[in-house]
Amino acid sequence: MSKLTELSLKEMQAGLRESQFSSRELVEAALKCIEQVESSLHAFLHIASESALEQADEVDRRRTPDDGRSLHGIPIAIKDVLAVEGMPATAGSKIIEGFMPPYTATAVKKLQDAGAIVIGKTNTDEFAMGSSTENSAYGVTHNPWDTSRVPGGSSGGSAAAVAARLVPAALGTDTGGSVRQPASFCGVTGLKPTYGRVSRYGLIAFGSSLDCVGVLARDAEDAAVIFESMAGHDPLDATSVDSSTPGTARRGRCTASSRFARSASALGESLQGMKIGVPKEYFIEGMQAEVQEKTRAAIAQMESLGAEVQEISLPHTEYALDVYYILAPAEASANLARFDGVRYGPRAEADSLWDVFFKTRGEKFGSEVLRRIMLGTYALSAGYYDAYYGQAQKVRTLIKGDFEKSFKQVDLIACPSAPTTAFEIGAHKGDPLSMYLEDVFTLPASLAGVPGISFPVGFDNKGLPIGMQLLAPHFREDALLSATHVYQQVTDWHKQAPDLQISRGRS
Amino acid sequence: MPLTPQEVEHIAKLARLELTDEQKARYRRQLEAILEHVAKLQELDTKDVSPTASVSVGQMPLRADEPRPGLSKDDLLKNAPKQDDGQFQIPPVFE
Repeated sequence: MSKLTELSLKEMQAGLRESQFSSRELVEAALKCIEQVESSLHAFLHIASESALEQADEVDRRRTPDDGRSLHGIPIAIKDVLAVEGMPATAGSKIIEGFMPPYTATAVKKLQDAGAIVIGKTNTDEFAMGSSTENSAYGVTHNPWDTSRVPGGSSGGSAAAVAARLVPAALGTDTGGSVRQPASFCGVTGLKPTYGRVSRYGLIAFGSSLDCVGVLARDAEDAAVIFESMAGHDPLDATSVDSSTPGTARRGRCTASSRFARSASALGESLQGMKIGVPKEYFIEGMQAEVQEKTRAAIAQMESLGAEVQEISLPHTEYALDVYYILAPAEASANLARFDGVRYGPRAEADSLWDVFFKTRGEKFGSEVLRRIMLGTYALSAGYYDAYYGQAQKVRTLIKGDFEKSFKQVDLIACPSAPTTAFEIGAHKGDPLSMYLEDVFTLPASLAGVPGISFPVGFDNKGLPIGMQLLAPHFREDALLSATHVYQQVTDWHKQAPDLQISRGRS
Repeated sequence: MPLTPQEVEHIAKLARLELTDEQKARYRRQLEAILEHVAKLQELDTKDVSPTASVSVGQMPLRADEPRPGLSKDDLLKNAPKQDDGQFQIPPVFE
């Protein structure tokens, strides 16, 4: 049997079911692996060894034959923007350093209820604002494929942890690409669900009209298990939607894919008859040639698997970046108003309440967060609101409309996940705009609220993973997962693991 | 899109941020670059386009307005930097 940490989630489930190993052995193997590589990766902000081992023992004592879907005894990691009771939550920021959430996020709770064991909280750009984890107030995470490079972001800790085989799956969040881009940079599979499909109760808010809780895993099958366990309506999040509600599940034209399983865990076996659109606006000058090449090759392979591929146009794509960098900072400036040194986090000493606000916020927010609060405040301020925020909301309608029109012609959209592979740490230092351009292929789907998945389709000449995206109509995560699964049945990009040049020890 | 130092001061004040002179100069420069980029949005004619505030699909049903247990006062206070007598403690607002 291979090392325990090398096993996929499905393999862990099977092994536990057949008593090949215990949950304690799985958790111990994960913790040991983390201990060995953490000094070179820094994927975690908190490691919950004690509670994880306790829970593992509990699972081992009480294990009952399950239905094959349960997450009983499986170690997972959670991006540190989601609340988990008993563990500190930092959102990668000094402004809530030491905060102990009094409750657990619904998405996490659902996984725990299914038996999953949270072994730690993963690193993130401060308040999920960034594309590299360099904006974390607690240090950068390193890409397991090349530790001089970033893992992407903002869910970089989760992506690195899954890529390095520390955990089989981890939760991330995606506001403008923060699950898909790090998945691409780290060679793992990352699913951003439909806006509203997973509850955000217990998620520290960044851009409330954009934020989605997603999953990073080794392949589509494992991602599907986690996704299914956490999706669904939550009375504690008014924007969460029960996808089984008639009229919501079948938006868009899905004739070809109606043949595909409705349930994400019963994945399809063929792409026969599936119509895949390739938007010409996503193959642009300046992007890394190999990214374009490998994405096109993967699309060609999907065609050979039965998909009907056609070129489409999403004409407002070029405006997505500008829309996003008005709307997301505007929403962030409102959401982050709550961090004022009164109810949680450290407080700067001052004689007046006014000065407490100014000093605490000025001292404790990091530079990217300050920049976005400034930008968002400006866009919402009197005299500029219509020109910036109002216009951005209208252009958002046009971008959404592009997707609605396209999904009348095709079932899925295929495109690159990011213009480049993982860049060097510090490559965008001092130039926020060049960093923002890293998100150019993930922002449109976020603005439209449609689901997307990124999965590995090859490597560049430096041995860095390349990811591509599939996008689907609202609530068609099943189509995304199915198509990815079919591709992963005939390719092995997702099975490649980085060589960390470190003895993993025996598990 | 040029910004004056006074505008930067004004934004920082609206956002309740104490910034150093160096930060103000830097954010002024960076915000100008970003605003110049987003000015591209102005080239689109949107007079017949309605704004999108939410991409929620389907209903957002209201839950029943019934009392139910919430977090305890102790839970809510335990993260406060200062508390006294079951309340958040802050410096005086009125002297």
